[in-house]
Amino acid sequence: MSVTVDDVRHIAALARLGLPPDRIPSLVAELNRILEHMDALGAVPSRPDQRVTGVSGGGMPLREDVGPQIPLARTRDELAPVMRDGFFIVPRLASHEDSPGEPS
Amino acid sequence: MSAASGAPQSVAACADATCSGKMTAREVVRASFARSKAVRAGADGLNAILWSNEDEALDEAREVGRRIVDGGVRLDLAGVPIAVKDNIATLTLPTSCGSRILEGYVSPYEATVVTRLRRAGGVIVGKTNCDEFAMGSSTENSAFGPTRNPLDPSRVPGGSSGGSAAAVAAGVVPIALGSETGGSVRQPAAFCGIVGVKPTYGRVSRYGLVAFASSLDQVGVFGRTVDDAAIALEVIAGRDSLDSTSSDIPTAAYRNAVDEPLKGVVIGRPKEYFPEHLDPRIRQLCDRAFDTMRERGATIRDVSLPHTDLAIPVYYIIAPAEASSNLARFDGVRYGLRIDGDGLRGMYEATRSQGFGPEVTRRILLGTYVLSAGYYDAYYTKAQEVRGQITEDFRAVFASGVDLLFTPTTPTTAFPLGAKADPYEMYLSDIFTATANLAGIPAMSVPIGRIAGLPVGGQLLASHFDEHRMFSAAYALERALGQEAHR
Repeated sequence: MSVTVDDVRHIAALARLGLPPDRIPSLVAELNRILEHMDALGAVPSRPDQRVTGVSGGGMPLREDVGPQIPLARTRDELAPVMRDGFFIVPRLASHEDSPGEPS
Repeated sequence: MSAASGAPQSVAACADATCSGKMTAREVVRASFARSKAVRAGADGLNAILWSNEDEALDEAREVGRRIVDGGVRLDLAGVPIAVKDNIATLTLPTSCGSRILEGYVSPYEATVVTRLRRAGGVIVGKTNCDEFAMGSSTENSAFGPTRNPLDPSRVPGGSSGGSAAAVAAGVVPIALGSETGGSVRQPAAFCGIVGVKPTYGRVSRYGLVAFASSLDQVGVFGRTVDDAAIALEVIAGRDSLDSTSSDIPTAAYRNAVDEPLKGVVIGRPKEYFPEHLDPRIRQLCDRAFDTMRERGATIRDVSLPHTDLAIPVYYIIAPAEASSNLARFDGVRYGLRIDGDGLRGMYEATRSQGFGPEVTRRILLGTYVLSAGYYDAYYTKAQEVRGQITEDFRAVFASGVDLLFTPTTPTTAFPLGAKADPYEMYLSDIFTATANLAGIPAMSVPIGRIAGLPVGGQLLASHFDEHRMFSAAYALERALGQEAHR
């Protein structure tokens, strides 16, 4: 398999990378040279029983190839358990092994 | 430290000297900074150390001295100067991951491995250069310029933990921390003629290690000797409640492996790591190492790991896939660099395109591609299947009665700066090391000789959590080869 200029534009958008137009052709060439070597995997007989997966076995659910919603559907204040002066209040982590669980 | 500096050269000697009062921790740390200046370890020379603060380090050393006097205890790393790779979080020195996107970033918390080193009396004297976000095999991909190999400054030190390896090889510190995703400790250890250890996945906490590929990443250690590396690993190993992937399998006293005989140990020689085109001089040095281990009672057995040649394609699908997700957090909102753009999305894109270097950009694109609709099964799912087969290869060999494997660490010695412009050619530098990361097993590189003055590393691999046996062979090999390992 190989990528095209449009493919690279699409994946750059998904990855939120703003690529200068003159960089795209060289990236297409570089990625295709790398992907050539990946094709060796296609010749390996499929062994789904040996697939490395997470503990649940089912893996993560797949979603459409679109970026996350912008702006956030919920405000930061709604997401945070506690806020003060516009900042999230979080447990102190800096010296975690010396004083476990102390709030800052 | 060098002999010329007057400071002890090994971790054990350093801790003995400071605990017995022969030297103060401040004197040892001061000697480390003097050595750093003498070998030009900073940006004006080797470019191994990116960030350091001598005053803070000396203050910390004074505190260690107080603990020794007040506590009356022997600390394993009392006053030992330690360098830490720039992708491991420290409280006062920056953690930039060798990237412009995190330039000047100071972590609000400290990695567990750093906490444990400091608790054992170690003093962090500097953060070391690395390939950006640990993506590379030469330390040429750093936003802060390449690191040079102390043995030949026209050559690379390996990577991605090249700054840590160079700092140890140059005698600035006896031990350093690096990180491994596909060989980033063992390969630079081999190129710089020192010892590098990648522990079992789960053996060492990754809390505070900036994530690159979470199913592969491990913190590793460098030492000038096997004993130095064993002590460092002993200090940082073990369960951490802040890292759910860390294991509660008890750790061993790795330095106790020093006198264990090789008699009865079966060492496998996997044929795939000795291909016909392997540099005959590297083959010869490996053969000498096999002979040495055989003379000390080990049995050498030819074995096969048939999926080895697929490790690089598998690695360069899985690692970029995970990286594309892990590095999504660097968007100009929460960390470091922010470049204004057209709206929020424009800001994200401008920040990321200007903040990330070419190799990181390439890997994010590759990772996004192999996870995208229509390609996920062909690449990512397939790679996970073959990864399982690579793991099974190792399991079958160890289950057949083989205790350890021995291979070359790298297919070449350190190459000149700028010699590998083609990304895939650079990726092949990891051909003998990436398998251990994919399978999650421990592995280490020890010096076994030199070719035209450049070091060659031999790699020992063990089954999961069998670091102790790996160290016993490493100690035996180091002792038997003696100075031959460095000439």
